Amino acid sequence: MTAGVGVASRAGPGGTDARGAGRRDLAGVLRERFGDAVLGDDEFRGDLTVTVARKRVHDVLETLRRDPALDFAFLVDVTVVDWLLVGRLPRFEVVHHLYSFPHHRRIRIKTPVPEDDRWVPTATDLWKGADWLEREAWDMFGVVFDGHPNLRRILCHEDFEGHPLRKDFPADKRFFLPRPAALNEQAPAWVLERTAGRHEGPFAR
Amino acid sequence: MTRDALETPAPRAAADPDLPRESRAGAVVDRADPLHEDLLEVNIGPSHPAMHGTFRIKAWLDGETIVHAVPEIGYLHRCFEKMGETHPYVQVIPYTDRLNYLSPFLNNVGYCLTIEKLLGIEIPVRAQLVRVILGELSRIMDHLVCIGTNLVDLGALTNFWYMFQGREEIYTVTERVSGARMMVSYARPGGLMRDTYPGFEDDVRALVRSLPRYVDDVDRLITGNRIFIDRTRGVSAITAADAIDWGWTGPCLRAAGVPYDIRKAAPYHGYETFDFEVPVGRDGDVYDRYLVRMEEMRQSLRIVAQATERLEPGPVLVDDPRVAYPAKTDVYNTIEGMVNHFKLTFEGLKPPAGEVYGYTEGANGELGFYVVSDGTGRPYRLHCRGPCFAIYQNIGKLLEGRLISDIVAIIGSLNIVAGELER
Repeated sequence: MTAGVGVASRAGPGGTDARGAGRRDLAGVLRERFGDAVLGDDEFRGDLTVTVARKRVHDVLETLRRDPALDFAFLVDVTVVDWLLVGRLPRFEVVHHLYSFPHHRRIRIKTPVPEDDRWVPTATDLWKGADWLEREAWDMFGVVFDGHPNLRRILCHEDFEGHPLRKDFPADKRFFLPRPAALNEQAPAWVLERTAGRHEGPFAR
Repeated sequence: MTRDALETPAPRAAADPDLPRESRAGAVVDRADPLHEDLLEVNIGPSHPAMHGTFRIKAWLDGETIVHAVPEIGYLHRCFEKMGETHPYVQVIPYTDRLNYLSPFLNNVGYCLTIEKLLGIEIPVRAQLVRVILGELSRIMDHLVCIGTNLVDLGALTNFWYMFQGREEIYTVTERVSGARMMVSYARPGGLMRDTYPGFEDDVRALVRSLPRYVDDVDRLITGNRIFIDRTRGVSAITAADAIDWGWTGPCLRAAGVPYDIRKAAPYHGYETFDFEVPVGRDGDVYDRYLVRMEEMRQSLRIVAQATERLEPGPVLVDDPRVAYPAKTDVYNTIEGMVNHFKLTFEGLKPPAGEVYGYTEGANGELGFYVVSDGTGRPYRLHCRGPCFAIYQNIGKLLEGRLISDIVAIIGSLNIVAGELER
């Protein structure tokens, strides 16, 4: 399981079988490389969670992605948890789920993000697939993915106000949003310059 | 796979001038030529018969070639996650039906498996086997619709009828099992809503006998069909590394040559005990996706046949008052039964505080649910990782350099289901 990870086994309680030991090792590897930036690790129902400080989270993700011994080539998911109703601080946590094909390992990286300074570094430079996942997280929670090339709403309309999955957003709130989105903004300038015979009407944008 | 058995070699790249489709697409155009001066702006969708849902793509065309395309999604966004977070755990199940509505039962299973992981429970063997049988039949339904509609878009209407006939036969069984043809809501955390009906095994055996006919008919009509090959081979090809980088899973990833199937990589419900293969493609193009799906249907039928033989009478719901309703006779005759029924109805299922990510092999790939529990009767956070969402995000790149008529071939082959894409 841990072939190539040149670190002594740090198997915690219950980490006696090969799989469990491999998982605990992973948290150990990150602790060794990033020291205090690893705020904690936890295993629940076989899911390994490592909490990382925001200032090093991009380095952690990059190590997980690029280190051949770790090789987390698959960014499964990016989402956010809003702890408002629980009262936990900081309010937001950005959650990355990763999977490594050769090692059959999964890891969840959590990054606490305070409410008054809502940003995390983007992972679009590491995985192309982070693009829409981060756009969705921004759309739903209003956490900025710093450095994202096209951070705009994706599921909600561009005229939508607020971030609907926040716990203080009422589930029954309604908007009337009749305009189609302006896709021209996402086209490069040379495309628009060469475009003749523009449509009239709402879909011209 | 049948690919290598074909008489004609695969047309590759744009090298051969006799292959008009390949050479036209992605050809270098002379900008000085007045015919190529201006681009034409075309809106496809949001409501278009070939778009398999309500998406909008804005494409800028040079002649018939797409030079740039921007997708817009969200027309079918139904706040699945927000609704999930405001409903008790069990009441989320009907919402999951509406994610990938071509294979609703697989979504039920994906969600219930996650809740079972959170609870730390195992479900009875019979419930697992019925989930496997109906899950694989749902996968077949999904592939039947995907291939059938993709072929309609390419002008091959006949196959649509063959494929939908097979789907109808499966619907007959799901209707008898669950009461609903499409939105089954048949799985529950801890097992199944109720047991199957007498004669279920015979009906499934009849399906295992009848379904290969539809697959084989389409196989004979289409797999070696010159028109189909010209329209699909080399179209929207993607490398394995790129597909992984974009977060692709399921048949589209396997068509690119990556043998990643959660039923093999992290088996659940006893998938490791079934004998089946994971078909992979070579080029990751529309044609390979078609071949992978065709073969997956045959493999799913193998699983269904094996699971049916193992079915034995037994409970289909865990015997755990925290999770499952007690038997009606207990509710009416014992105080414990009455109390448990009452508590489960009014307070709901209460998993321990914690968070899990549960993942299953949906018809389109990795269907994941991320659930955060605060110990109450409702999910504190419920997130769905729909495989379509990751697959669709590089549609703009896939379309660039292709002809406008390729759009329907590409989108159909990716099997974008708006319900799952936009949740």
